[in-house]
Amino acid sequence: MLLIPCPFCGPRDESEFGCGGEAHIARPTDTDRLSDADWAAYLFMRKNPKGVHLERWVHRLGCRRWFNLARSTVSHEILAVYKMGDPPPASVAGQEARRT
Amino acid sequence: MVEPYLRQSALVHRGLSRAAAGAMSGAGIVLSERPFRAMVNLRGEASDAGFLSAVRAAAGVELPLQPNTTQRAAPVTALWLGPDEWLITAPAGEERVLVPALRASFGERHAAVIDLTESRTVIAVSGAHARDLLAKGCTLDLHPRAFPVGACAQTGLARAGALLHLVDEAPTFEITILRSFADYMWVWLADAAQEYGVALRTE
Ligand SMILES: [Zn+2]
Repeated sequence: MLLIPCPFCGPRDESEFGCGGEAHIARPTDTDRLSDADWAAYLFMRKNPKGVHLERWVHRLGCRRWFNLARSTVSHEILAVYKMGDPPPASVAGQEARRT
Repeated sequence: MVEPYLRQSALVHRGLSRAAAGAMSGAGIVLSERPFRAMVNLRGEASDAGFLSAVRAAAGVELPLQPNTTQRAAPVTALWLGPDEWLITAPAGEERVLVPALRASFGERHAAVIDLTESRTVIAVSGAHARDLLAKGCTLDLHPRAFPVGACAQTGLARAGALLHLVDEAPTFEITILRSFADYMWVWLADAAQEYGVALRTE
């Protein structure tokens, strides 16, 4: 069980949260010219790293806010929590890039 | 808004006033329903001083800006729900005054006022074993150091979403839940409290 630091309510048990999968997936803007393969990649293809994963969580039973979280899929260590719309903190972004 | 003569408590079918008459003494847990409390959900910008003063003028209470805290200016209480969301509570019937007063004070401001009075009820859990009882179904640290009088938190209790508020040192926790969960929560609490001895009280 994870102890997740909600950026608004503080540390809470994982059972209060829902996970929204991979973060920072931008909807394509040039949809008229998008190929089926590009659509499929946007809709279905997700990273599955052994290492740092950037993901979205919602504090379902608490403040009901969404936020981003960087988690190691190996150790479950939570490396950073940051707001929706913000880029990942530099320290985490570096680690995230290395694993690809 | 329901007509007052049609208004029934969410636990009316349990006949709590009859059950409370045979209350045991020395119970470790006292359960009661605190029905009909006025509840108004408020959304607005915490960084907007004009919004905060509009609430102060209309509801007579300061909005708490610290997470998981409350502010009380009897008989009104403001509970922190999120960075831009609060619950204002007041005695039964006050929603009829509070809602229009808040709406009028906001004018064109970007804020929302929603009357939740009929959608929720409050169950009070009091007594020496109140923390032990809630710990059976809640992952929060309810130790007085972590959850002092005046603290509030939206969390899970017995797998249902609930708003906990510690109102006194007895300790007494007020549990605000959706009306449709009232019977489930009441039965769960009464069952989980058996080992401490349970008394019922009507309010
Ligand atoms: Zn939260």
